[in-house]
Amino acid sequence: MRQPEPKSTAAVSPEDLPGPGVAVRRLRHPGRWISGGIVLLLLAFIGRAFAVGQIQWAVVGQFLTAEVIIVGFGWTLLISACALVLGVALGFAFGIMRLSENPILRFAAWLYVWIFRGTPVLLQLLIWFNIALVFPRLYIPGLVDERMVDVVTPFVAAVLGLGVNEGSYLTEVVRGGIGSVDRGQKEAAHTLGMTSGQTMRRIILPQTLRLILPVLGNSAIGMLKFSSLAATIAMGEMLNAAQRIYFINGAVIELLFVCAVWYLAGTTVLSIGQYYLERHFGRDAATATSERRWFKGWTRRPVVEGEA
Amino acid sequence: MSLAVKAVGIRKCFGSHEVLKGLDLEVTHGEVLCILGPSGSGKSTFLRCINHLETPNGGYVWVDGAIMGYALSRGALQELPVKQLRAQQSQLGMVFQHFNLFAHRTVLGNVIEGPMVVRGLSRAKAEARAMDLLEQVGMAAKAASYPSQLSGGQKQRVAIARALAMEPRVMLFDEPTSALDPELVGEVLEVMRALARGGTTMIVVTHEIRFAREVADRVVVMIDGEIREMGAPGAVLSNPADPRVRSFLSRVLA
Repeated sequence: MRQPEPKSTAAVSPEDLPGPGVAVRRLRHPGRWISGGIVLLLLAFIGRAFAVGQIQWAVVGQFLTAEVIIVGFGWTLLISACALVLGVALGFAFGIMRLSENPILRFAAWLYVWIFRGTPVLLQLLIWFNIALVFPRLYIPGLVDERMVDVVTPFVAAVLGLGVNEGSYLTEVVRGGIGSVDRGQKEAAHTLGMTSGQTMRRIILPQTLRLILPVLGNSAIGMLKFSSLAATIAMGEMLNAAQRIYFINGAVIELLFVCAVWYLAGTTVLSIGQYYLERHFGRDAATATSERRWFKGWTRRPVVEGEA
Repeated sequence: MSLAVKAVGIRKCFGSHEVLKGLDLEVTHGEVLCILGPSGSGKSTFLRCINHLETPNGGYVWVDGAIMGYALSRGALQELPVKQLRAQQSQLGMVFQHFNLFAHRTVLGNVIEGPMVVRGLSRAKAEARAMDLLEQVGMAAKAASYPSQLSGGQKQRVAIARALAMEPRVMLFDEPTSALDPELVGEVLEVMRALARGGTTMIVVTHEIRFAREVADRVVVMIDGEIREMGAPGAVLSNPADPRVRSFLSRVLA
């Protein structure tokens, strides 16, 4: 029995077939032009609103390089960098603890993630800033004995708040990265006589680091933006500086735009850096073929060697 | 011939499932022993118990003067700290089915890792020795390659060199050719034949009956966690007494 034919195509008999040089008319996509046009129109509308709105662009330009803003951006960068370093250190420490043989260590790491990933980072910043209400003195015998309010300056609170919070996310990432280095390599290291510490340092972590590099790039970008939350605890970073200016001169939107320009500049530079870092590691002979795949898709489990 | 390995009453359970039901085995220096058996018979687990990658639930393994994982004190086995267990494990070379090469190290890096980190050899010394071993397994030309750039057969030859670099008293092979494409099996078996000729003590879990017949001094057939047959390959493979061994062999030799 013959199948019914699709509506739009009529049967072509062999005698009617054209020669090899027959012209081909491509399908048109009017929908693409229409959707593109709508988007352009919307962009133009938004652009116009900003152009004719009550924004003194001259003021934006004037404050873009103002000393207070530049110094504030410096603090932004410093807070972000310190918090990221703290976050990475905590992420590795707790990520390794999460996989410990000791159930109490495992539980402690779980508790850390549960608390710090489960509460808003702004709340955590405020708690760190007021930590003196819980621990009035910082006392380590023979080392430190100070009033907590003197120790936890806005800068310290910002770094602690952002870093400890970031660490809770990175803990899970590190755990996943360690888990994705296949178990066989660990066993191989053990049969060579390497201790657990040596195996972790020399075999597992170097491969984990490569796997989580893209995540660290995203963390750095996120951290740069989240550092603006420190403005709420009187930390004189860029947003705080901008606020202090517009409380006086009233140029609110202008100064917020100044901040936006600097944040965008920062995140753009970090994105470019991340791109080259990933490309560098992607190109590395060590990450040829199979390893490069896990690098791109770090959430996927790598192919166990030899199974491919 | 003096004794190299003696396993006494090895038992291993995974949950309520008893995988090894009290195995005894003796291997002398320079002997090549092949362990055959259907999949799931516990032969890999037995090999992993020998070097304590799996801790036996009962029994113990004696290797060349020391009890693996334990010290004999006042008539009882006292469990050793992990560090000392690792030192014992480094006396046994292990070759895995899936090679387990360190993916972030070159071929040379894989071979020098143990000697440098565990034995404390200088890099120059370790590299010189590693190159000799890579020469021996025919992989010297690939010393600077990464594992992901090698074929399965090449990876396994590197893995053998890596195990040999620790100058082990005994070499253990856990189905070394099972993960390989058929045309790559030969090159690995060739390396193993050369090792056997050189007098290396070897315990080989394998499905390669021909290899066992040719190279092994003795063959063990395991079924359901027990040793059902043990003896010279000619006798065991051609004329097994145990009916289950006969049926297993007739299936694999068919």
